[in-house]
Amino acid sequence: MSDTQPHHPALKHHFEDLGQQHEASTLGMWAFLTTEIMFFGPLFFAYALYRSQYSEAFVEASHHQNWKLGVTNTAVLIFSSLTVAMSVYFAQKNRHKALVVALALTLVLGIAFLGIKAIEYHEHFEEGLFPGSHFTYKSPLAPRVQMFFVLYFVMTGLHAVHMIVGIGIFTWLLIRARRKEFSLEYYGPVEVSGLYWHFVDIVWIFLFPLLYLVGRH
Amino acid sequence: MTTAVIDVPEIPEVEKTNYLNQEFGVMSWLLTQDHKRIGILYLLSVTVMFLLGGFFAVLMRLELVTPAGDLFSSDTYNKLFTLHGLVMIFFFLIPSIPAVLGNFILPIMLGARDLAFPKLNLLSWYLYMIGTAFSLVVVLLGGVDTGWTFYTPFSTSFSNTHVVLMIIGAFVAGFSSILTGFNFIVTIHRMRAPGLTWFRLPLFVWAMYATSIIMLLGTPVIAITLSLVAIERLLHVGIFDPAIGGDPLLFQHLFWFYSHPAVYIMILPAMGVTSEVIAAFTRRRIFGYKFVAFSSLAIAFLGFLVWAHHMFVAGISVYSAMIFSLLSFLVAIPSAVKVFNWTATLYKGSISIQTPMLFALGFIGLFLIGGMTGLFLATMGLDIHVHDTYFIVAHFHYVMVGGSVMAYFAGIHYWWPKITGRMYPEWWARVSAVLIFTGFNLTFFPQFILGYLGMPRRYHAYSPEFQILNVMSSAGASILAIGYALPMIYFAWSLKFGKAAGNNPWGAAGLEWQTTSPPPTENFHTTPVVTWEAYEYRPEWGGSNV
Repeated sequence: MSDTQPHHPALKHHFEDLGQQHEASTLGMWAFLTTEIMFFGPLFFAYALYRSQYSEAFVEASHHQNWKLGVTNTAVLIFSSLTVAMSVYFAQKNRHKALVVALALTLVLGIAFLGIKAIEYHEHFEEGLFPGSHFTYKSPLAPRVQMFFVLYFVMTGLHAVHMIVGIGIFTWLLIRARRKEFSLEYYGPVEVSGLYWHFVDIVWIFLFPLLYLVGRH
Repeated sequence: MTTAVIDVPEIPEVEKTNYLNQEFGVMSWLLTQDHKRIGILYLLSVTVMFLLGGFFAVLMRLELVTPAGDLFSSDTYNKLFTLHGLVMIFFFLIPSIPAVLGNFILPIMLGARDLAFPKLNLLSWYLYMIGTAFSLVVVLLGGVDTGWTFYTPFSTSFSNTHVVLMIIGAFVAGFSSILTGFNFIVTIHRMRAPGLTWFRLPLFVWAMYATSIIMLLGTPVIAITLSLVAIERLLHVGIFDPAIGGDPLLFQHLFWFYSHPAVYIMILPAMGVTSEVIAAFTRRRIFGYKFVAFSSLAIAFLGFLVWAHHMFVAGISVYSAMIFSLLSFLVAIPSAVKVFNWTATLYKGSISIQTPMLFALGFIGLFLIGGMTGLFLATMGLDIHVHDTYFIVAHFHYVMVGGSVMAYFAGIHYWWPKITGRMYPEWWARVSAVLIFTGFNLTFFPQFILGYLGMPRRYHAYSPEFQILNVMSSAGASILAIGYALPMIYFAWSLKFGKAAGNNPWGAAGLEWQTTSPPPTENFHTTPVVTWEAYEYRPEWGGSNV
């Protein structure tokens, strides 16, 4: 079809042109994110079920959350979504240096989030709130409080795994951006990875009130 | 260009280079990104798993020849039916048609050079192999005995077999199926040849699209649910075990939310194959094309709303059970639309009864019985009578073996000339089709009666009055085994001795028949432009068998 133009180096052999390639990868990411919603879905469902059954214990458990660190982390992630959105913009505008800065900032914020999360996990562990044989919390509601922390660790843990994957992806983007591979003509990877990053942020936006703010007035 | 029927350039009957001889060596296969080679890798691996799952079935049927539990202990028998179910469902039925035939044929049907994400396609095969490796390790370490359903609290608090390892295997294999579905959806949306509109697509493509939706939306749910089972088992914290604060019904809801739609992952591709074969061997456009296309989507949609019919005796509310019963009945409508339309396609068709058609006709009949008995089970009162009996076993084997496996064989025979460039021996293939059909019915029809009379499933011993029917069933299983063994022999034989197939041995419509057999690596030398409808059979198209 487009034999007259020279092939863009990023064009894969099985696509007709960059437009088709871009559309395929964007649709692919949206389809993948749908899968991701269904991946987190059962956990939210289990949370809803047990919170309605054992609401008292869930309120008690959430009082052991460090909401200040939670708020900080929420702010960190929202700010990282901004830097991601800017990186897509800079890629489209061929502003290579700004793109590198935006991607690097995103990485720093992502790592900061995980660092703060690690501090929180450490606190829970010290308090004996990690489920299983380390769970030493004493209260009449202890078994249900433990169930809250099972859900807490699974949900935030799965989210953290997604953050780690995101950091990997953005490191790869940063390396490619430094080689000036992205331009108005070819910015698909930045945009598609951005979709992923925003999704992981949105999951946190749901996790934060459910896990930190239950029953706080 | 004049007739606007075949405006593809003349292609030679035999290409010197094709996807098979483009490159040689083990690494050219293990690192391939060609969807056709990945399809072959899947073909080999699911065949091995089919043999393994079949081996467990043979052992079970041997045990059930006599009423006493004399061959295996009940523990061993528990492991046999668990492993049979797990291997057949997760490692054979789910990947069989999509990952083998879909992988090979779908991009060619679309006139595309490959799937949208070739590397993810290869990754999907590796994930499948890792999942397989875990399940084989479980077999070697002594198996798992929870049933393929992993029901809690047995799986989390009581079973002392290798539940966690098996869960890891199923989890990883699940991601291979997600990647396949995801790749198909993007490819169907974005990589169709010029002129190939949605309503010109072969019905196989519609079926794969509906299947892929279920793979994307259902599989992650089972993945996270099984992870929670593993967490409960490892940490001894209550999620699903009522003794430590969990809710076993939550597990069943989440499990069947995937595992019921998974049935449609197995049957929808089979329906797609049947549509292709029926059209090719009646030389007619499928009657009510759009109804058949949309019925696939309707099955995928309704399939997500019926899961609790597996839980009628589990203590769910009778009102929710009534709604789930009603919704389960609704699935019969799109399924019946397909059966009626295939039958209507036969009417005044120019029918040739060759092997793929034999299997496809077998599919229609057996799926009809399997589907109709499904309605028995959607009826709450009757379901309580036959719950956990051999009636259920017979029902789902009619759908999965009589349905999916028959259609898989139909598809393998139909596309074998395209895949390998060789014809299989027609006479032996017909013998195999007849043996499989006969053996299948002899194996599973008696089980309907056994179940209705009250023989429970999953026991290694039974009351003596059930022996005659069980012996019939075991005898049928041995005929079935011969029927399945034959194709493996003659397909292997045909690779060397089969006569050259030519590009279009069936005179069939569809883009896959307009390239060489075997196809070149890039499928088409020039991207085809489609100006015709699906299944536009015309006398002047010719073909060797009309």
